[in-house]
Amino acid sequence: MMSKVNETEVRAEVREWLAANWDPELSLVEWRNKLVDSGWGMPQWPQEWYGRGLPVALARVVEEEFANVGAVAAAKTGVRLLAAATLLEHGSELQKKKFLRRILTGEDSWCQLFSEPGSGSDLAGATTRADLQGDFWIINGQKVWTTSAHHADHGLLLARTDWDAPKHDGMSYFVIDIKQPGVDVQPLRQMNGHASFNQVFFTDAKVPVENLVGKVGEGWKVAMTTLAHERRGADGLAPPSKRGRRVGRIYAEERAELETANQPYKWYPQRAGRVDLIIERAKETGANKDPNARQEIARLMIMAKSAEWTARRARAAQQQGRPQGPEGSLGKLAASNVARACARVHTLMTGTEALLTGSESPREGIIAEILVSVPAVSIAGGTDEIQRNIIAERVLGLPKEPRFDTGPFRNVRRN
Amino acid sequence: MSASEETRVEPARRIQFAFTDEQEQFRSAIRRFLQDKSPTTEVRRLMATPEGYDPAVWRQLSDELALPGVHIPEQYGGGGFGMVELSIVTEELGRALLCAPYFSTVVLAANAILNSGTEAQRANLLPDLASGAKFAALAITELNGSWDPRKIELVATSDTDGYRLQGTKSYVIDGHIAERLVVAARLAGKAADEGLGLFTLRANSVGVERRLLESMDPTRKLARIDFRGAHAELLGSLTDGAKAISRTLDQAAIALSNEMVGGAQALFDSALNYTKMRVQFGREIGSFQAIKHKLADLLLEVELAKSAAYYAAQAAATNDPEWPALACLAKAEASDAYLHMAAECIQLHGGIGFTWDNDTHLWFKRAKSSEVFLGQPDYHRELLMQRWGV
Repeated sequence: MMSKVNETEVRAEVREWLAANWDPELSLVEWRNKLVDSGWGMPQWPQEWYGRGLPVALARVVEEEFANVGAVAAAKTGVRLLAAATLLEHGSELQKKKFLRRILTGEDSWCQLFSEPGSGSDLAGATTRADLQGDFWIINGQKVWTTSAHHADHGLLLARTDWDAPKHDGMSYFVIDIKQPGVDVQPLRQMNGHASFNQVFFTDAKVPVENLVGKVGEGWKVAMTTLAHERRGADGLAPPSKRGRRVGRIYAEERAELETANQPYKWYPQRAGRVDLIIERAKETGANKDPNARQEIARLMIMAKSAEWTARRARAAQQQGRPQGPEGSLGKLAASNVARACARVHTLMTGTEALLTGSESPREGIIAEILVSVPAVSIAGGTDEIQRNIIAERVLGLPKEPRFDTGPFRNVRRN
Repeated sequence: MSASEETRVEPARRIQFAFTDEQEQFRSAIRRFLQDKSPTTEVRRLMATPEGYDPAVWRQLSDELALPGVHIPEQYGGGGFGMVELSIVTEELGRALLCAPYFSTVVLAANAILNSGTEAQRANLLPDLASGAKFAALAITELNGSWDPRKIELVATSDTDGYRLQGTKSYVIDGHIAERLVVAARLAGKAADEGLGLFTLRANSVGVERRLLESMDPTRKLARIDFRGAHAELLGSLTDGAKAISRTLDQAAIALSNEMVGGAQALFDSALNYTKMRVQFGREIGSFQAIKHKLADLLLEVELAKSAAYYAAQAAATNDPEWPALACLAKAEASDAYLHMAAECIQLHGGIGFTWDNDTHLWFKRAKSSEVFLGQPDYHRELLMQRWGV
């Protein structure tokens, strides 16, 4: 835990700095450059790289002080913080110098180029290739499920550099410039009509040798860092402060930035099933008068409440510093079950009107969007099946399946 | 009700999502005791006897661990803890499948007396239950098998110095060995919530005939009791009888939910150990995804049921106004999870799981009896919807 003295000192220091520097009439970039120079934008980062080396608990204190005066934070949207965390841990001095500042100012956007059409759950089976030619790595292949690639400047790329090594040992990790002729970004339209992701095609795209992150063949290890931060929720993103007067040029710029970042995800609440609408809809549709529907609604609500309390048990155990119980790894599986049950009960309650979509359908299309979005939940971020393997092997200690993908990758069966 | 709520010692707290260190130590002490005293060899021995318990173990459980009085206020000889601690006890008892008249005496009868008795009645009746000196049973259900207090038909008729009871109660847990009975009855000519009360009498009173029923779950002994003009004393008043019965049943549903999740965890552990050990096709069956995925799903179900059972106990202990609804929620959730776990535990054991020698059926039968006892899951789901105002 933080000591009282430190907290008081940090509070005083950040207050003083904000009083002297915070100005809502600055542009986002002007202001964020001040954050980078002072280290107050990412206080938990190391001092030599735009931070102040504070523990996370004290970084929260800084966040609070920012919120109190309505000061805008460093840019944190998208995968930029995953990129930053990965570069801080594995990047060269040159890479940190070249990329970190513009990540924090929001001038550069990033995307993550890991999944491929042929390797979804089995990420280490990637076949996008990188071949060294002089001072450049030449990239050929295809990535998929890439968020926001259409307005990204740089990508975190996992590509195969050695086909004779075992699968995990033959990959390397690069930073690739997305805005070059060899990179073609195409939106990927989902079954619910939205296009939140992209496919990215590489045809002799170029990566300068200095953009290799870590060593050749260490790509998997570096990617693990990225994924660990992804699972951790990108290190505690506080939503933008709503306090303070929020009048000034900078707020309009911040709103526009968030609007762009959030646009592809407008359907995300629907994919989770909208359990919040269940009781209202039961009353609104009259399903609450049907004994069978009442049973189904009760089943769903019991599951949803129990899942919510399970998550809170996991958090409480963590806060008390107790070893995490099995409840911690179950959240994603529980969320899938809740979402599917929601889709079933929404359909049951909506009746024949569930045939419709769009503005004339119930709740201006929200119900229809739930029904065609829920299938994403049990796939995105690790399928339910992979989740069950993780629970079975890591939590329950069950033996691993025999493998057929050892030895040189060249000989491994693949799509 | 008002009298009982005023004297009820429930510390005002907020809902906690983790047990305190003291509660964990309490749980460990019970678990160690039961590992020693209630191995399945003992469960099998006791379930075959008509009494269904071991007097020496009951004495130790009372004298050394003070479990019968755990939630009974100190002024009546108890430990003064609440629903959370009572639920920790029942969870551990359910895990070990202890054969003892705990649920009947402590969860049902003692709570009924706490919820309905006058100060004098509680002071008179509870110390013997808190110390474990006497057994008591609560008789609610009748031949119609309903857990809805509005369906109670057993008739109480006012007499010169008390009441006379006439009618039959059934499915009374430990009714055959109880020394004291608490009986839900209704004044003649009244219906629904009207004229309901809880009455008490010695089990050996004139006009009481008890018969042990052959129960599917032999670890839970059930009795049928005929009352033929037996003389009984009214607990508290008739105005709040329906509320006291309802409150008692809700508390029992929470305690039973916790008992069920304890049993479900025992079955989960057993299934997991077996699948790590059993070899077929040259590998442990636990290495097959068909088994792994089933176990991952079962773990999720058991954990969700625990969360519901724990939350309901916390809600009751903190007097959250929603707690009676949550009692229904927990009962439905834990019943389904326990029975499913029991069925899958047999399945995961394969042929051996269906034998008498394998222990799984002991818990399977408790899961089945618990699913039915206090009302089946669909009954509680409906009640939950009503209590939520849907």
